[in-house]
Amino acid sequence: MSSEKISRDDAAYVARLARIDLTDEELDLYAGQLAVVLDHAAQVASLDTTGVEPTAHPLPLKNVFRPDDPRPSLDRDEVLSQAPAVEEARFLVPRILGEPQ
Amino acid sequence: MTTALELAEQVRNGSVSAAEVIDRHLAAIDESDGAVHAFLTVLHDDARRAASAIDDRIAARDDPGPLAGVPVAVKDNLCTRGVPTTCSSRILDGWCPPYDATVVERLRGAGAVVIGKTNLDEFAMGSSTENSAFGPTRNPYDADRVPGGSSGGSAAAVGAGLVPLALGSDTGGSIRQPAALCGVVGMKPTYGTVSRYGLIAFASSLDQVGPFSATVADAALLFDVIAGHDPLDSTSLDRPTPRSLENVGDGVTGLRVGLPVELVDGVAPEVAAQVRRAAEVLSAAGATVTECSIPELKYGLPAYYILAPAEASSNLSRYDGVRYGLRVDGEDVEAMMRATRAKGFGAEVKRRIMLGTYALSAGYYDAYYGQAQKVRTLIINAFTEAYRNADVLLGATTPTTAFALGAKVDDPMAMYLSDVCTVPSNLSGHPAISVPFGADGDGLPIGVQVLAPALCEPLIFQVATVLEAAAPVMSAPVLAAATWSGR
Repeated sequence: MSSEKISRDDAAYVARLARIDLTDEELDLYAGQLAVVLDHAAQVASLDTTGVEPTAHPLPLKNVFRPDDPRPSLDRDEVLSQAPAVEEARFLVPRILGEPQ
Repeated sequence: MTTALELAEQVRNGSVSAAEVIDRHLAAIDESDGAVHAFLTVLHDDARRAASAIDDRIAARDDPGPLAGVPVAVKDNLCTRGVPTTCSSRILDGWCPPYDATVVERLRGAGAVVIGKTNLDEFAMGSSTENSAFGPTRNPYDADRVPGGSSGGSAAAVGAGLVPLALGSDTGGSIRQPAALCGVVGMKPTYGTVSRYGLIAFASSLDQVGPFSATVADAALLFDVIAGHDPLDSTSLDRPTPRSLENVGDGVTGLRVGLPVELVDGVAPEVAAQVRRAAEVLSAAGATVTECSIPELKYGLPAYYILAPAEASSNLSRYDGVRYGLRVDGEDVEAMMRATRAKGFGAEVKRRIMLGTYALSAGYYDAYYGQAQKVRTLIINAFTEAYRNADVLLGATTPTTAFALGAKVDDPMAMYLSDVCTVPSNLSGHPAISVPFGADGDGLPIGVQVLAPALCEPLIFQVATVLEAAAPVMSAPVLAAATWSGR
């Protein structure tokens, strides 16, 4: 796992997964820097973790329930006032599926 | 400098008005913050209105609470209703949250006055506050050096004497590291003791809100106000939080202090020397100090720089140009999102999202994320083992004192190494505090760190109080506010 080589194509693939447009310059920069950081991070591989349970979270919490009591939500107009685009009390977005009509 | 405890007492007994306290602090900020740049927003009108309401309650013989009239600076990743909350990011520039964070509500409920929002590394990702879209904060002891980060604005605001108290958040050291570099007290509570509702998420299993102050007792005072169960945060511990303030003076007689070599060796010699001196102070005060070794601690940083970016890449997927913040138009929704995120996020945030996305992607998940989660278990087990023979642990907070602005911005790995002494407590969820303890040859502050098992906050405040009383005298910061602090 050490001495990772990350190509511009690898970086472009990751950027696509993360939904960020990156320039070729940025892709090259991050490809190099990711390799350095991942090389350091790869130290974790040297520890024997056979039979060790993973920790997702420091608290021994399982499901957390609360009583199903109705209470006020955030004010709709106040929430919508912060959106980039709104139409008829809804968030407005560019088309999601298919070709424009 | 007047402490928060003293200010609240003066306001409560009517010897000074809250309006006067707030005006003095606003004047100090207006005069001195140009040089420090601790604040992104100063709430002149809101703070004066809140102070006047406190004074009305005092006149009506009502008690506004333990922080009556005390100005508090709030890191700009904590939501304040109707007040811009930017996370130092272009992607949230101009956004005004429709609700207050629970900790902000608790401040107001205790009579505190939110005086402004402080600068940070964008989305709390960084160790120098240079990753702010709105320009860096300066170290109060040397304007050419960083204040640390990511809560650099809060640390510098307290360090420069602009406010007695501030809130920060600590994901891998973001309270303790800047506290050490700015010569102030900074504490990361046990995970789950302070609500994260309204704290804009970076890495949800690591983030915790905590206090900055000039004195240990003030940190305990603020911690007692913000701690406690919150039904709005499902990771909030539903059990009584131990009160800290009343026991800060209890001393360390009979206490077992462990000195892990991993938190002493390898740091700058001047920092290590102060940690050893702090150990002597505790020993002279009646504690038993024993050197120990926790080899797993050195895997904290590599595990952290997998887990934190992984959680961040998931948390930051919410910035998609739909519900709040920036939108850059695109021909379809996905193009809009890609363009928005490209323009809205700064270089470090993009780097962490890339890192996290890579570590979580098919083919790498088990090797990186899965393995780091298991290493996290090993680190927790190692702490548990160490606490069989020690009540608290003592070590350095940071490997060096404040470094020069620009020194590490082009070398992410060098920057990440700033967190090497602080990340283990985030991985374990345990509390830890940084207390100012002397300075290096250039007069730059040094912090020592006290760590303890979960929910042992009272203990770390007790130990910190003993260290504070014996700490070498510091010279005043060069960027200190001259108008009121009386330093």
